[in-house]
Amino acid sequence: MASTAAKSHPYHMVDPSPWPALGTLSALTLAIGGIWYMHGGPLWGVAPGFLLLFATFYFWWRDVVRESRAGVFHTEAVNHGLRVGFLLFIASEVMFFFAFFWAFFNASAPLINSAAHVKWPPEGIVPFYAWGLPFLNTLILLTSGATVTVAHHAFRLGDREKMVFWTGVTVVLGAIFLACQAFEYSHAAFGFKDGIYPSTFFMATGFHGFHVFVGTCFLLVCFLRARRGDFTPNKHVGFEAAAWYWHFVDVVWLFLFVVIYLWGSMGFTGTYGH
Amino acid sequence: MAHGAAVAHGEHEHHPTGWKRWVYSTNHKDIGTMYIVLSMIAALVGGLMSWAIRLELAEPGIQFIHDTHFYNVLVTAHGFIMVFFVVMPAMIGGFGNWFVPLMIGAPDMAFPRMNNISFWLTAAGFILLMLSAVVGEGPGTGWTVYPPLSSIAFHPGPSVDFGILALHVAGAGSILGAINFIVTIFNMRAPGMTMHRMPLFVWSILVTAFLLLLALPVLAGALTMLLTDRNFGTHFYEVAGGGDPLLWQHLFWFFGHPEVYIIILPAFGIISQIVSTFAKKPVFGYLGMAYAMVSIGVVGFVVWAHHMFMTGIGVNARAYFTVATLIIAVPTGIKIFSWLATMWGGSIEFKAPMLYAMGFIWLFVMGGVTGVVLANGGIDTAFHDTYYVVAHFHYVMAIAAIFAMFGAWYYWIGKMTGRQYPEGLARVQFWVFFIGVNVLFFPQHFLGLAGMPRRIPDYPDVYAGWNFVSSIGAAITMAGTLLFYYVVFHTLASGRKAASNPWGEGATTLEWTVPSPAPFHTHEEMPVIAGGGHGHSHGHGMPRPAE
Repeated sequence: MASTAAKSHPYHMVDPSPWPALGTLSALTLAIGGIWYMHGGPLWGVAPGFLLLFATFYFWWRDVVRESRAGVFHTEAVNHGLRVGFLLFIASEVMFFFAFFWAFFNASAPLINSAAHVKWPPEGIVPFYAWGLPFLNTLILLTSGATVTVAHHAFRLGDREKMVFWTGVTVVLGAIFLACQAFEYSHAAFGFKDGIYPSTFFMATGFHGFHVFVGTCFLLVCFLRARRGDFTPNKHVGFEAAAWYWHFVDVVWLFLFVVIYLWGSMGFTGTYGH
Repeated sequence: MAHGAAVAHGEHEHHPTGWKRWVYSTNHKDIGTMYIVLSMIAALVGGLMSWAIRLELAEPGIQFIHDTHFYNVLVTAHGFIMVFFVVMPAMIGGFGNWFVPLMIGAPDMAFPRMNNISFWLTAAGFILLMLSAVVGEGPGTGWTVYPPLSSIAFHPGPSVDFGILALHVAGAGSILGAINFIVTIFNMRAPGMTMHRMPLFVWSILVTAFLLLLALPVLAGALTMLLTDRNFGTHFYEVAGGGDPLLWQHLFWFFGHPEVYIIILPAFGIISQIVSTFAKKPVFGYLGMAYAMVSIGVVGFVVWAHHMFMTGIGVNARAYFTVATLIIAVPTGIKIFSWLATMWGGSIEFKAPMLYAMGFIWLFVMGGVTGVVLANGGIDTAFHDTYYVVAHFHYVMAIAAIFAMFGAWYYWIGKMTGRQYPEGLARVQFWVFFIGVNVLFFPQHFLGLAGMPRRIPDYPDVYAGWNFVSSIGAAITMAGTLLFYYVVFHTLASGRKAASNPWGEGATTLEWTVPSPAPFHTHEEMPVIAGGGHGHSHGHGMPRPAE
């Protein structure tokens, strides 16, 4: 950076980069391929968009990691900005789920709309028994929230080995959660297109599952970076962000469990299968 | 000399030139310029659509739009383009990018690379929206995209899907941009630039960014459900499957009402800077002005169903949403009276930006007064979906925002390009545009009171007179718009050189301390803001050079 010598501020003047334009190209390609698929085109129509998207992720975040490892760019002021920025991103994610919870309550508890359902689950829907697999998944996610915190505390005390181990355990727990959810989906007593109940159920839990997948990948990258020695006990913004994201995903699940699985099945008067 | 300093500054840089300078940019000024160019292109497209609408409505009967669905497509695209690709890119992406870092003494935005993708995603959204109008039947849904009209049964082609993804992509860009602005403002203020000394334009962008951050994801969720309803067999808005079309309206307006404040809040900030500069006085009631914007932002999240008075929501809900909406008149009143009090006793110069600021105040008061009328659930029963509503929101939000954009352009163009606009021509442009929009929209109040519905290409003969007047106003507005593009061309081609501070003692914010045009990098040495006595230097902390 030519201007490094002249600058008297602690901020990171990022070099020009082709990745934002590539990312935009991927969004355009993905959108057009997706619409083609929705209107009769082949599924591989979305493949070019996804390929470009993953390439963007890889190259862009590779550059961020390199800038971090260079040591001079990510000052404490920059790291503070990154932390605040990530928390704001999580806030926007909360509002994304807000929309799906609204859809659920609009259908199940008609406070504003008198026209909506009065019986929930609707006639003919056999929901999941909340204290079965959903409760097991709750325990898995809560445990993973604890293990990622153990990893963080260990690292703050300087124990990298322990941090790597417990981060790895968290990744495995995330993968187990996803496997359980896949099993659950494949044994649902209602089809995806069977009306408003499956719509709200699959949209809310499905997007949550996607976020678990993203968070697991994020933690996996942190696991590899920690083994490589990218982080120090005083400076590990990437890991902090992953841990915060993980806790966010955790809290969303608690709401899903209590609201959709537990409260949402209380009106069920039939008998559970299996 | 200021110019020499700019050259010396630029010499040790190695930023790319040619197309890479723009496509790969991590510079807040270049990105801001691209936003403004995008906005000016989109304004031509969206403006031509409104011109077609007014031509069709000039006389009773069908003039030239024989496909009435195409008329609906024009209305839809006009709304989308003006909201998402004209006003937002210019005010937030354009002037916000340019002047938030300059005004707070920061060297750039917090995340320069993310800043770039915010812009390009907006441009990609514009491309997708244009595609939506030409692929398939075109979306004839209005910008509100209500199901069941927007469902697969009534829009079977890919148009609405293109529209949905256009908003998804542009919305993602806006969310990233919002994060960028908030972190920049929280984290990168120069020493001494406390929150309570920030210029009001910075405050306005901060509040706007929070609204974007919290409102847009709700739209994204609603759009996702519409997309899956249309293409993957869910039933969120489908009554046949137990869904509820009103869910869309709730979610859309939970986003949509903050969205109209997203459009007008940056205008508040711009007008405050201009009025203070040309009255040569600090803004009256600085803290009240800042927190009025904050409270407008907060209350804006709990009034959404005043767009839904006619949907059958309960009487208690209508009473609540009426009262909550009327409360917004309080902070907006604080803003209006504080602008007037700023002017009071000032030595006012009626340069083009100030003309536009005063034009803004007139338009905003007009639209605000009809807003208080429409806020009443009972009265709205009669006025809902009439031209009274069209007149209201064009005054209060659309044209008011355009006035702030024109004002900002005249105010800052010298700083951005180093060229000053031609003052005489600019004043002529103002008066043509001001007369044009008022002749265009004022008669629409009468049409609405007489019951003329919106979004219909034909009308009974009884509405002919005022419609003709309105279309004449549209012609004058068009002339004013084209004149503006000529002023732009004239300024860039042969405008005289702009001084660092062309406005004199009234212009006290930090952007006037750097040369014109602002060099590629500014504030590389952080300015230090001297602390004035409390209550005197609010928003106008005078900079002194750092040693």
